[in-house]
Amino acid sequence: MEASQIVEKIRERFPEEVLDVREFRGQVSVTLKKERILDIFSYLHDDPDLFLDYLIDVCGADYLGKKRKRFEVVYHLYSIKHRHAVRIKAEVDGDEPSIDSVMPIWAGANWHEREAYDMYGIIFKGHPDLRRILLPEDWEGYPLRKDYPLKGPEKEWPGFLEVLDKAKKYKEFEWRG
Amino acid sequence: MEPEEKTFETRDLTISMGPQHPATHGVLRLVLDLDGENVVKCTPYVGYLHRGVEKLGENRTYFAALPLSDRLDYISSMNNNVGYVNAVEKLFGIEAPERAKFIRTMVAEMGRVSSHIIWLGTHVLDIGATTPFLHAMAQRERIMDLFEMLCGARLTVSYPRVGGVRNDISQEFLDALYEFVLEFPSHMDDYETLVTENRIWKDRTVGIGVISAEEAINWGLTGGTLRGSGVDYDIRRYAPYDAYDKVEFDVPVGKAGDCYDRYLVRVGELRQATRIIKQCIERLPAGPTMADAPKLTLPPKDMILKDMEHLIHQFILITKGPSIPEGEIYVATEVPKGELGFYFVSDGTGKPYRMRVRAPSFVHASVLPRLCKGGLIADVIANIGTIDIVLGECDR
Repeated sequence: MEASQIVEKIRERFPEEVLDVREFRGQVSVTLKKERILDIFSYLHDDPDLFLDYLIDVCGADYLGKKRKRFEVVYHLYSIKHRHAVRIKAEVDGDEPSIDSVMPIWAGANWHEREAYDMYGIIFKGHPDLRRILLPEDWEGYPLRKDYPLKGPEKEWPGFLEVLDKAKKYKEFEWRG
Repeated sequence: MEPEEKTFETRDLTISMGPQHPATHGVLRLVLDLDGENVVKCTPYVGYLHRGVEKLGENRTYFAALPLSDRLDYISSMNNNVGYVNAVEKLFGIEAPERAKFIRTMVAEMGRVSSHIIWLGTHVLDIGATTPFLHAMAQRERIMDLFEMLCGARLTVSYPRVGGVRNDISQEFLDALYEFVLEFPSHMDDYETLVTENRIWKDRTVGIGVISAEEAINWGLTGGTLRGSGVDYDIRRYAPYDAYDKVEFDVPVGKAGDCYDRYLVRVGELRQATRIIKQCIERLPAGPTMADAPKLTLPPKDMILKDMEHLIHQFILITKGPSIPEGEIYVATEVPKGELGFYFVSDGTGKPYRMRVRAPSFVHASVLPRLCKGGLIADVIANIGTIDIVLGECDR
Protein backbone atom coordinates (compact mmCIF):
# COMPACT_ATOMS: atom_id res chain seq x y z
CA MET A 1 0.00 0.00 0.00
CA GLU A 2 1.21 3.49 -0.79
CA ALA A 3 1.89 5.77 2.14
CA SER A 4 -0.75 8.23 0.90
CA GLN A 5 -3.35 5.46 1.11
CA ILE A 6 -2.33 4.76 4.70
CA VAL A 7 -2.85 8.43 5.45
CA GLU A 8 -6.32 8.27 3.87
CA LYS A 9 -7.21 5.36 6.11
CA ILE A 10 -6.08 7.22 9.21
CA ARG A 11 -8.02 10.29 8.10
CA GLU A 12 -11.13 8.20 7.51
CA ARG A 13 -10.97 6.57 10.91
CA PHE A 14 -9.73 9.49 13.01
CA PRO A 15 -10.72 12.67 11.12
CA GLU A 16 -10.30 14.91 14.17
CA GLU A 17 -6.79 13.80 14.99
CA VAL A 18 -4.86 14.53 11.78
CA LEU A 19 -3.25 17.96 11.85
CA ASP A 20 -0.93 17.95 8.87
CA VAL A 21 0.28 15.68 6.08
CA ARG A 22 3.48 16.35 4.19
CA GLU A 23 5.34 14.60 1.45
CA PHE A 24 9.02 15.02 0.71
CA ARG A 25 11.10 12.87 -1.66
CA GLY A 26 8.38 10.23 -1.72
CA GLN A 27 8.15 9.88 2.06
CA VAL A 28 4.95 10.83 3.80
CA SER A 29 4.75 12.13 7.34
CA VAL A 30 1.54 12.63 9.27
CA THR A 31 1.30 14.98 12.23
CA LEU A 32 -1.26 13.95 14.84
CA LYS A 33 -2.65 15.23 18.10
CA LYS A 34 -1.17 13.34 21.00
CA GLU A 35 -4.36 12.61 22.97
CA ARG A 36 -5.55 9.48 21.16
CA ILE A 37 -2.15 8.33 19.94
CA LEU A 38 -2.46 4.91 21.55
CA ASP A 39 -5.82 4.20 19.84
CA ILE A 40 -4.40 5.21 16.48
CA PHE A 41 -1.34 3.03 16.93
CA SER A 42 -3.33 -0.01 17.96
CA TYR A 43 -5.46 0.50 14.85
CA LEU A 44 -2.35 0.77 12.66
CA HIS A 45 -0.83 -2.28 14.30
CA ASP A 46 -3.90 -4.52 14.22
CA ASP A 47 -5.71 -3.63 10.99
CA PRO A 48 -5.05 -6.51 8.55
CA ASP A 49 -4.55 -4.20 5.56
CA LEU A 50 -2.11 -1.93 7.35
CA PHE A 51 -0.45 -4.34 9.78
CA LEU A 52 2.40 -2.01 10.75
CA ASP A 53 4.00 -4.55 13.05
CA TYR A 54 7.54 -3.24 13.12
CA LEU A 55 8.31 -0.03 14.99
CA ILE A 56 11.57 1.09 13.41
CA ASP A 57 12.29 4.03 15.62
CA VAL A 58 10.95 6.50 18.16
CA CYS A 59 12.74 9.78 18.64
CA GLY A 60 12.10 13.27 19.89
CA ALA A 61 12.72 16.56 18.12
CA ASP A 62 12.92 20.07 19.50
CA TYR A 63 11.43 22.95 17.47
CA LEU A 64 12.18 25.74 19.91
CA GLY A 65 10.62 28.94 18.57
CA LYS A 66 9.93 27.34 15.19
CA LYS A 67 6.59 25.68 15.75
CA ARG A 68 3.48 26.26 17.81
CA LYS A 69 4.27 23.37 20.09
CA ARG A 70 7.88 22.89 21.06
CA PHE A 71 8.43 19.14 20.87
CA GLU A 72 7.59 16.41 18.45
CA VAL A 73 7.82 12.67 18.97
CA VAL A 74 8.55 10.92 15.70
CA TYR A 75 7.57 7.31 15.06
CA HIS A 76 8.75 5.35 12.03
CA LEU A 77 6.54 2.39 11.25
CA TYR A 78 6.97 -0.45 8.80
CA SER A 79 5.03 -3.52 7.84
CA ILE A 80 7.20 -6.59 7.32
CA LYS A 81 4.28 -8.41 5.73
CA HIS A 82 3.08 -5.72 3.30
CA ARG A 83 6.39 -3.85 2.91
CA HIS A 84 5.05 -0.35 3.38
CA ALA A 85 6.12 2.41 5.72
CA VAL A 86 4.80 5.62 7.21
CA ARG A 87 6.12 8.30 9.52
CA ILE A 88 3.88 9.50 12.35
CA LYS A 89 4.61 12.63 14.35
CA ALA A 90 2.89 13.72 17.52
CA GLU A 91 2.99 17.28 18.81
CA VAL A 92 3.95 17.75 22.46
CA ASP A 93 3.82 20.91 24.55
CA GLY A 94 6.93 22.67 25.74
CA ASP A 95 5.90 22.90 29.41
CA GLU A 96 5.83 19.54 31.13
CA PRO A 97 6.03 17.55 27.91
CA SER A 98 4.32 14.19 28.12
CA ILE A 99 2.77 11.59 25.83
CA ASP A 100 1.41 8.05 26.15
CA SER A 101 3.95 5.29 25.92
CA VAL A 102 3.55 2.81 23.04
CA MET A 103 5.10 0.02 25.08
CA PRO A 104 1.77 -1.90 25.28
CA ILE A 105 1.88 -2.30 21.48
CA TRP A 106 5.58 -2.57 20.67
CA ALA A 107 8.01 -3.93 23.25
CA GLY A 108 10.85 -2.45 21.20
CA ALA A 109 9.77 1.08 22.11
CA ASN A 110 11.24 0.59 25.58
CA TRP A 111 14.73 1.97 25.11
CA HIS A 112 13.80 4.44 22.38
CA GLU A 113 11.37 6.13 24.76
CA ARG A 114 13.90 6.10 27.55
CA GLU A 115 16.36 7.78 25.23
CA ALA A 116 13.84 10.45 24.20
CA TYR A 117 13.21 11.09 27.90
CA ASP A 118 16.94 11.24 28.53
CA MET A 119 17.66 13.66 25.70
CA TYR A 120 14.52 15.85 25.65
CA GLY A 121 12.82 15.34 28.99
CA ILE A 122 9.62 14.07 27.40
CA ILE A 123 7.65 11.95 29.89
CA PHE A 124 6.17 8.76 28.46
CA LYS A 125 3.10 7.95 30.53
CA GLY A 126 2.69 4.27 31.28
CA HIS A 127 6.32 3.36 30.60
CA PRO A 128 7.34 0.75 33.18
CA ASP A 129 10.93 1.82 33.64
CA LEU A 130 11.46 5.45 32.62
CA ARG A 131 15.03 6.18 33.68
CA ARG A 132 17.91 7.93 32.00
CA ILE A 133 19.70 5.55 29.70
CA LEU A 134 22.75 7.04 28.00
CA LEU A 135 23.57 9.69 30.58
CA PRO A 136 24.26 9.12 34.28
CA GLU A 137 21.16 9.05 36.44
CA ASP A 138 22.10 12.23 38.33
CA TRP A 139 22.71 14.27 35.18
CA GLU A 140 21.01 17.65 35.04
CA GLY A 141 19.39 19.01 31.91
CA TYR A 142 18.42 17.49 28.59
CA PRO A 143 21.30 17.68 26.09
CA LEU A 144 19.49 17.48 22.75
CA ARG A 145 17.25 20.44 23.53
CA LYS A 146 18.15 23.39 21.38
CA ASP A 147 18.77 25.67 24.37
CA TYR A 148 21.35 23.28 25.85
CA PRO A 149 24.90 24.49 25.14
CA LEU A 150 26.99 22.37 22.77
CA LYS A 151 30.04 22.49 25.05
CA GLY A 152 28.05 21.10 27.95
CA PRO A 153 26.86 22.51 31.25
CA GLU A 154 28.76 25.18 33.20
CA LYS A 155 28.98 23.01 36.27
CA GLU A 156 30.97 19.79 35.92
CA TRP A 157 29.09 16.56 36.55
CA PRO A 158 29.74 15.49 40.20
CA GLY A 159 30.60 11.94 39.13
CA PHE A 160 33.52 13.23 37.10
CA LEU A 161 34.79 15.43 39.96
CA GLU A 162 34.73 12.34 42.13
CA VAL A 163 36.92 10.50 39.63
CA LEU A 164 39.37 13.42 39.54
CA ASP A 165 39.54 13.44 43.33
CA LYS A 166 40.23 9.73 43.45
CA ALA A 167 42.93 10.02 40.79
CA LYS A 168 44.64 12.67 42.92
CA LYS A 169 44.33 10.54 46.01
CA TYR A 170 45.78 7.44 44.40
CA LYS A 171 48.70 9.37 42.94
CA GLU A 172 50.76 8.60 46.03
CA PHE A 173 50.81 4.95 45.06
CA GLU A 174 52.23 5.72 41.64
CA TRP A 175 55.45 4.09 40.52
CA ARG A 176 58.40 6.42 41.05
CA GLY A 177 61.27 4.76 39.21
CA MET B 1 15.57 -47.50 48.53
CA GLU B 2 14.75 -43.94 47.54
CA PRO B 3 17.82 -41.82 47.14
CA GLU B 4 17.93 -39.31 49.88
CA GLU B 5 17.11 -35.93 48.49
CA LYS B 6 19.79 -33.54 49.44
CA THR B 7 18.57 -30.01 49.66
CA PHE B 8 21.09 -27.27 49.76
CA GLU B 9 20.32 -23.67 50.31
CA THR B 10 20.87 -21.03 47.71
CA ARG B 11 20.47 -17.38 48.24
CA ASP B 12 19.67 -14.63 45.82
CA LEU B 13 22.71 -12.87 44.58
CA THR B 14 23.13 -9.72 42.53
CA ILE B 15 26.31 -9.39 40.52
CA SER B 16 27.55 -6.80 38.13
CA MET B 17 28.92 -8.21 34.91
CA GLY B 18 31.02 -5.69 33.06
CA PRO B 19 31.68 -2.96 32.06
CA GLN B 20 35.20 -4.41 31.85
CA HIS B 21 34.18 -8.02 31.27
CA PRO B 22 35.87 -9.25 28.08
CA ALA B 23 32.81 -11.14 26.85
CA THR B 24 30.57 -8.08 26.87
CA HIS B 25 32.28 -6.82 23.69
CA GLY B 26 33.05 -3.35 24.91
CA VAL B 27 31.60 -1.47 27.80
CA LEU B 28 28.27 -3.10 28.44
CA ARG B 29 27.31 -3.58 32.06
CA LEU B 30 24.74 -6.17 33.05
CA VAL B 31 23.35 -6.37 36.55
CA LEU B 32 22.31 -9.97 37.04
CA ASP B 33 19.95 -11.10 39.77
CA LEU B 34 20.82 -14.74 40.33
CA ASP B 35 19.20 -17.67 42.00
CA GLY B 36 22.02 -20.17 42.14
CA GLU B 37 23.27 -20.17 38.57
CA ASN B 38 19.94 -19.17 37.06
CA VAL B 39 19.38 -15.64 35.89
CA VAL B 40 16.21 -14.24 37.42
CA LYS B 41 16.58 -10.76 36.05
CA CYS B 42 19.06 -9.05 33.80
CA THR B 43 19.32 -5.27 33.63
CA PRO B 44 21.67 -3.78 31.04
CA TYR B 45 23.32 -0.42 31.64
CA VAL B 46 24.67 1.35 28.59
CA GLY B 47 26.02 4.81 27.88
CA TYR B 48 29.67 4.45 28.89
CA LEU B 49 30.68 5.36 25.35
CA HIS B 50 28.19 8.16 24.80
CA ARG B 51 29.76 10.95 22.78
CA GLY B 52 26.69 12.88 21.70
CA VAL B 53 26.94 12.09 18.00
CA GLU B 54 23.43 13.42 17.35
CA LYS B 55 24.15 16.76 19.01
CA LEU B 56 27.47 17.05 17.20
CA GLY B 57 25.80 16.24 13.89
CA GLU B 58 23.35 19.10 14.37
CA ASN B 59 26.25 21.50 14.70
CA ARG B 60 28.23 20.39 11.66
CA THR B 61 27.54 20.64 7.97
CA TYR B 62 26.44 17.54 6.07
CA PHE B 63 29.94 17.04 4.67
CA ALA B 64 31.77 17.64 7.93
CA ALA B 65 29.60 15.17 9.86
CA LEU B 66 30.58 12.18 7.71
CA PRO B 67 33.51 11.10 9.94
CA LEU B 68 31.11 10.94 12.91
CA SER B 69 29.41 8.00 11.24
CA ASP B 70 32.73 6.09 11.20
CA ARG B 71 32.78 6.15 14.94
CA LEU B 72 29.39 4.54 15.40
CA ASP B 73 30.12 0.94 14.64
CA TYR B 74 33.88 1.13 14.45
CA ILE B 75 34.45 -2.36 13.11
CA SER B 76 32.36 -1.81 10.02
CA SER B 77 32.84 1.91 9.48
CA MET B 78 32.49 1.50 5.71
CA ASN B 79 28.88 0.39 6.04
CA ASN B 80 28.04 3.33 8.28
CA ASN B 81 29.54 5.71 5.74
CA VAL B 82 27.50 4.13 2.98
CA GLY B 83 24.37 4.49 5.09
CA TYR B 84 25.14 8.11 5.88
CA VAL B 85 25.87 9.18 2.32
CA ASN B 86 22.79 7.37 1.03
CA ALA B 87 20.64 9.31 3.46
CA VAL B 88 22.24 12.64 2.64
CA GLU B 89 22.00 11.99 -1.11
CA LYS B 90 18.32 11.27 -0.77
CA LEU B 91 17.88 14.51 1.16
CA PHE B 92 19.85 16.48 -1.44
CA GLY B 93 18.02 14.76 -4.28
CA ILE B 94 21.15 13.60 -6.09
CA GLU B 95 22.23 10.18 -7.20
CA ALA B 96 25.69 8.69 -7.39
CA PRO B 97 26.90 7.47 -10.80
CA GLU B 98 26.72 3.78 -11.63
CA ARG B 99 30.41 3.06 -11.08
CA ALA B 100 30.37 4.69 -7.65
CA LYS B 101 27.33 2.63 -6.71
CA PHE B 102 29.09 -0.61 -7.62
CA ILE B 103 32.21 0.43 -5.73
CA ARG B 104 30.14 1.28 -2.66
CA THR B 105 28.32 -2.03 -2.79
CA MET B 106 31.65 -3.79 -3.07
CA VAL B 107 33.29 -1.99 -0.14
CA ALA B 108 30.17 -2.28 1.99
CA GLU B 109 30.28 -6.04 1.56
CA MET B 110 33.97 -5.98 2.48
CA GLY B 111 32.93 -4.20 5.65
CA ARG B 112 30.33 -6.89 6.23
CA VAL B 113 32.94 -9.63 5.87
CA SER B 114 35.23 -7.78 8.27
CA SER B 115 32.48 -7.30 10.86
CA HIS B 116 31.09 -10.82 10.61
CA ILE B 117 34.51 -12.43 10.75
CA ILE B 118 35.26 -10.57 13.99
CA TRP B 119 31.86 -11.57 15.31
CA LEU B 120 32.58 -15.20 14.40
CA GLY B 121 35.98 -15.15 16.07
CA THR B 122 34.91 -13.45 19.29
CA HIS B 123 31.59 -15.25 19.61
CA VAL B 124 33.17 -18.69 19.43
CA LEU B 125 36.01 -17.50 21.66
CA ASP B 126 33.51 -16.45 24.33
CA ILE B 127 31.98 -19.88 24.24
CA GLY B 128 35.32 -21.60 24.44
CA ALA B 129 36.67 -22.33 20.96
CA THR B 130 39.96 -20.48 20.78
CA THR B 131 41.23 -21.76 17.43
CA PRO B 132 38.95 -19.95 14.95
CA PHE B 133 39.59 -16.58 16.63
CA LEU B 134 43.21 -16.30 15.48
CA HIS B 135 42.40 -17.49 11.97
CA ALA B 136 39.48 -15.08 11.76
CA MET B 137 41.67 -12.16 12.81
CA ALA B 138 44.17 -13.09 10.09
CA GLN B 139 41.44 -12.85 7.46
CA ARG B 140 40.21 -9.59 8.92
CA GLU B 141 43.72 -8.22 8.66
CA ARG B 142 43.61 -8.86 4.92
CA ILE B 143 40.47 -6.75 4.61
CA MET B 144 42.14 -3.99 6.61
CA ASP B 145 45.10 -4.11 4.22
CA LEU B 146 42.73 -3.88 1.28
CA PHE B 147 41.05 -0.83 2.83
CA GLU B 148 44.46 0.72 3.30
CA MET B 149 45.25 0.10 -0.35
CA LEU B 150 41.91 1.63 -1.29
CA CYS B 151 41.93 4.87 0.67
CA GLY B 152 44.88 4.97 3.05
CA ALA B 153 42.87 4.35 6.21
CA ARG B 154 42.37 1.00 7.86
CA LEU B 155 39.67 1.38 10.49
CA THR B 156 37.81 4.67 10.17
CA VAL B 157 37.78 4.98 6.43
CA SER B 158 35.41 7.83 5.42
CA TYR B 159 35.83 6.61 1.86
CA PRO B 160 32.32 7.10 0.42
CA ARG B 161 31.40 10.70 -0.19
CA VAL B 162 28.10 12.46 -0.71
CA GLY B 163 27.54 11.97 -4.44
CA GLY B 164 29.98 9.14 -4.99
CA VAL B 165 33.28 7.94 -3.59
CA ARG B 166 36.49 9.74 -2.66
CA ASN B 167 38.71 8.26 -5.33
CA ASP B 168 38.49 5.73 -8.12
CA ILE B 169 39.82 2.24 -7.46
CA SER B 170 43.00 0.88 -8.99
CA GLN B 171 43.49 -2.32 -10.96
CA GLU B 172 45.98 -3.44 -8.33
CA PHE B 173 43.27 -3.22 -5.66
CA LEU B 174 40.78 -5.10 -7.79
CA ASP B 175 43.25 -7.91 -8.41
CA ALA B 176 44.06 -8.23 -4.74
CA LEU B 177 40.39 -8.21 -3.80
CA TYR B 178 39.51 -10.78 -6.44
CA GLU B 179 42.21 -13.06 -5.14
CA PHE B 180 40.81 -12.67 -1.62
CA VAL B 181 37.27 -13.40 -2.76
CA LEU B 182 38.28 -16.56 -4.59
CA GLU B 183 40.21 -17.82 -1.61
CA PHE B 184 37.91 -16.81 1.23
CA PRO B 185 35.20 -19.53 0.87
CA SER B 186 37.80 -22.23 1.54
CA HIS B 187 38.69 -20.48 4.81
CA MET B 188 35.00 -20.43 5.65
CA ASP B 189 34.93 -24.19 5.10
CA ASP B 190 37.74 -24.51 7.64
CA TYR B 191 35.90 -22.53 10.29
CA GLU B 192 32.70 -24.40 9.70
CA THR B 193 34.52 -27.72 10.02
CA LEU B 194 35.75 -26.59 13.42
CA VAL B 195 32.50 -25.14 14.71
CA THR B 196 29.24 -25.88 12.91
CA GLU B 197 28.82 -29.56 13.72
CA ASN B 198 30.90 -29.46 16.89
CA ARG B 199 29.03 -31.15 19.72
CA ILE B 200 30.16 -28.72 22.41
CA TRP B 201 29.19 -25.80 20.22
CA LYS B 202 25.75 -27.25 19.61
CA ASP B 203 25.27 -27.96 23.30
CA ARG B 204 25.97 -24.35 24.09
CA THR B 205 23.87 -22.73 21.38
CA VAL B 206 20.97 -24.94 20.24
CA GLY B 207 17.81 -23.90 22.04
CA ILE B 208 19.48 -21.00 23.84
CA GLY B 209 18.01 -17.50 23.69
CA VAL B 210 14.98 -18.53 21.65
CA ILE B 211 12.80 -15.73 20.35
CA SER B 212 9.83 -16.31 18.06
CA ALA B 213 9.30 -14.46 14.78
CA GLU B 214 6.37 -12.35 16.05
CA GLU B 215 8.19 -11.43 19.20
CA ALA B 216 11.38 -10.57 17.34
CA ILE B 217 9.46 -8.16 15.09
CA ASN B 218 7.68 -6.70 18.10
CA TRP B 219 11.01 -6.01 19.76
CA GLY B 220 12.24 -4.31 16.60
CA LEU B 221 15.10 -6.69 15.93
CA THR B 222 16.75 -6.49 12.53
CA GLY B 223 19.56 -8.02 10.53
CA GLY B 224 20.85 -11.50 11.28
CA THR B 225 19.19 -11.47 14.68
CA LEU B 226 15.76 -11.16 13.09
CA ARG B 227 16.46 -13.51 10.21
CA GLY B 228 17.56 -16.18 12.66
CA SER B 229 13.95 -16.25 13.85
CA GLY B 230 12.75 -17.02 10.35
CA VAL B 231 11.66 -13.58 9.16
CA ASP B 232 12.76 -12.89 5.62
CA TYR B 233 13.51 -9.19 5.94
CA ASP B 234 16.58 -7.68 4.38
CA ILE B 235 16.72 -4.03 3.32
CA ARG B 236 19.20 -4.87 0.58
CA ARG B 237 16.55 -7.03 -1.00
CA TYR B 238 13.29 -5.18 -0.28
CA ALA B 239 14.39 -1.55 -0.53
CA PRO B 240 17.58 -1.83 -2.55
CA TYR B 241 20.07 0.99 -2.43
CA ASP B 242 23.33 1.40 -4.38
CA ALA B 243 23.80 -1.57 -6.72
CA TYR B 244 22.08 -4.25 -4.68
CA ASP B 245 19.30 -4.54 -7.25
CA LYS B 246 21.88 -5.42 -9.91
CA VAL B 247 23.60 -8.30 -8.14
CA GLU B 248 22.30 -11.71 -7.22
CA PHE B 249 22.42 -12.96 -3.68
CA ASP B 250 20.42 -15.11 -1.32
CA VAL B 251 19.14 -14.04 2.07
CA PRO B 252 19.89 -16.82 4.57
CA VAL B 253 16.97 -17.32 6.94
CA GLY B 254 16.90 -19.45 10.08
CA LYS B 255 14.03 -21.32 11.67
CA ALA B 256 14.28 -21.85 15.39
CA GLY B 257 15.29 -18.35 16.49
CA ASP B 258 17.99 -19.62 18.83
CA CYS B 259 21.69 -18.81 19.04
CA TYR B 260 22.59 -21.62 16.67
CA ASP B 261 20.30 -20.42 13.89
CA ARG B 262 21.55 -16.88 14.22
CA TYR B 263 25.05 -18.28 13.89
CA LEU B 264 24.08 -20.18 10.72
CA VAL B 265 22.48 -17.07 9.22
CA ARG B 266 25.59 -14.96 9.74
CA VAL B 267 27.87 -17.65 8.39
CA GLY B 268 25.60 -17.83 5.35
CA GLU B 269 25.83 -14.06 5.00
CA LEU B 270 29.62 -14.25 4.94
CA ARG B 271 29.45 -16.54 1.92
CA GLN B 272 26.86 -14.33 0.23
CA ALA B 273 29.02 -11.27 0.83
CA THR B 274 31.92 -12.78 -1.10
CA ARG B 275 29.47 -13.69 -3.86
CA ILE B 276 28.30 -10.06 -4.08
CA ILE B 277 31.87 -8.71 -4.12
CA LYS B 278 32.77 -11.11 -6.92
CA GLN B 279 29.81 -9.98 -9.02
CA CYS B 280 30.62 -6.33 -8.40
CA ILE B 281 34.18 -6.79 -9.63
CA GLU B 282 33.03 -8.67 -12.69
CA ARG B 283 30.29 -6.20 -13.61
CA LEU B 284 32.05 -2.98 -12.60
CA PRO B 285 31.02 -0.35 -15.19
CA ALA B 286 33.29 2.41 -16.45
CA GLY B 287 32.56 6.07 -15.89
CA PRO B 288 32.84 8.83 -13.33
CA THR B 289 32.83 8.16 -9.57
CA MET B 290 31.28 11.45 -8.49
CA ALA B 291 27.83 12.82 -9.28
CA ASP B 292 27.65 15.80 -11.60
CA ALA B 293 26.18 18.22 -9.07
CA PRO B 294 28.86 20.82 -8.26
CA LYS B 295 26.65 22.76 -5.84
CA LEU B 296 26.01 19.71 -3.70
CA THR B 297 29.22 17.66 -3.84
CA LEU B 298 32.77 18.37 -2.80
CA PRO B 299 35.15 19.23 -5.64
CA PRO B 300 37.94 16.73 -6.46
CA LYS B 301 40.98 17.04 -4.21
CA ASP B 302 43.56 17.62 -6.94
CA MET B 303 41.53 20.56 -8.27
CA ILE B 304 41.34 22.08 -4.77
CA LEU B 305 45.12 22.11 -4.61
CA LYS B 306 45.48 23.67 -8.06
CA ASP B 307 42.56 25.98 -8.57
CA MET B 308 41.36 28.86 -6.37
CA GLU B 309 37.66 28.64 -7.34
CA HIS B 310 37.51 25.01 -6.29
CA LEU B 311 39.27 25.84 -3.03
CA ILE B 312 36.74 28.56 -2.21
CA HIS B 313 33.90 26.28 -3.19
CA GLN B 314 35.14 23.52 -0.92
CA PHE B 315 35.64 25.96 1.95
CA ILE B 316 32.07 27.23 1.64
CA LEU B 317 30.63 23.71 1.48
CA ILE B 318 32.50 22.52 4.56
CA THR B 319 31.96 25.58 6.74
CA LYS B 320 28.58 26.94 5.63
CA GLY B 321 27.12 23.93 3.88
CA PRO B 322 25.02 23.67 0.74
CA SER B 323 21.55 25.18 0.37
CA ILE B 324 18.93 22.46 0.21
CA PRO B 325 15.15 22.39 0.44
CA GLU B 326 13.30 22.02 3.74
CA GLY B 327 12.05 18.55 4.52
CA GLU B 328 12.72 15.37 6.39
CA ILE B 329 13.80 11.93 5.33
CA TYR B 330 14.55 8.59 6.89
CA VAL B 331 16.85 6.26 4.99
CA ALA B 332 17.82 2.84 6.27
CA THR B 333 20.60 0.58 5.10
CA GLU B 334 21.51 -2.95 6.02
CA VAL B 335 24.74 -2.87 8.01
CA PRO B 336 26.25 -6.07 9.45
CA LYS B 337 24.44 -5.55 12.75
CA GLY B 338 21.01 -4.83 11.34
CA GLU B 339 19.12 -1.78 10.18
CA LEU B 340 21.05 1.45 10.46
CA GLY B 341 18.78 4.40 9.78
CA PHE B 342 19.47 8.08 9.50
CA TYR B 343 16.64 10.54 10.05
CA PHE B 344 17.39 14.06 8.91
CA VAL B 345 15.27 17.16 9.39
CA SER B 346 16.45 19.98 7.17
CA ASP B 347 15.47 23.58 7.78
CA GLY B 348 17.06 24.81 4.57
CA THR B 349 20.49 25.61 6.00
CA GLY B 350 23.73 23.72 5.50
CA LYS B 351 23.45 21.88 8.80
CA PRO B 352 20.82 19.30 9.70
CA TYR B 353 18.23 20.64 12.13
CA ARG B 354 17.86 17.19 13.61
CA MET B 355 20.05 14.20 12.98
CA ARG B 356 18.87 10.94 14.41
CA VAL B 357 20.79 7.69 14.24
CA ARG B 358 18.71 4.56 14.56
CA ALA B 359 21.36 2.16 15.76
CA PRO B 360 20.69 -1.59 15.53
CA SER B 361 22.96 -2.40 18.49
CA PHE B 362 20.88 -0.14 20.73
CA VAL B 363 17.73 -2.09 19.95
CA HIS B 364 19.49 -5.44 20.18
CA ALA B 365 20.96 -4.62 23.58
CA SER B 366 17.46 -3.78 24.81
CA VAL B 367 16.29 -7.32 24.10
CA LEU B 368 18.97 -8.87 26.34
CA PRO B 369 16.75 -9.02 29.48
CA ARG B 370 14.19 -10.96 27.45
CA LEU B 371 16.77 -13.42 26.06
CA CYS B 372 18.68 -13.96 29.30
CA LYS B 373 15.76 -14.38 31.67
CA GLY B 374 15.50 -17.89 33.02
CA GLY B 375 18.78 -19.07 31.52
CA LEU B 376 22.17 -19.75 33.04
CA ILE B 377 25.02 -17.27 33.40
CA ALA B 378 26.89 -19.12 30.67
CA ASP B 379 23.94 -18.50 28.34
CA VAL B 380 24.19 -14.77 28.97
CA ILE B 381 27.59 -14.88 27.28
CA ALA B 382 26.17 -16.82 24.34
CA ASN B 383 23.32 -14.32 24.05
CA ILE B 384 25.57 -11.27 24.07
CA GLY B 385 27.68 -12.82 21.35
CA THR B 386 24.79 -13.88 19.19
CA ILE B 387 23.01 -10.52 19.01
CA ASP B 388 26.27 -9.02 17.77
CA ILE B 389 26.37 -5.62 19.43
CA VAL B 390 29.00 -2.91 19.27
CA LEU B 391 28.75 -0.44 22.10
CA GLY B 392 30.12 2.47 20.09
CA GLU B 393 26.98 2.28 18.01
CA CYS B 394 24.70 1.53 20.93
CA ASP B 395 25.78 4.57 22.93
CA ARG B 396 26.49 6.90 20.03
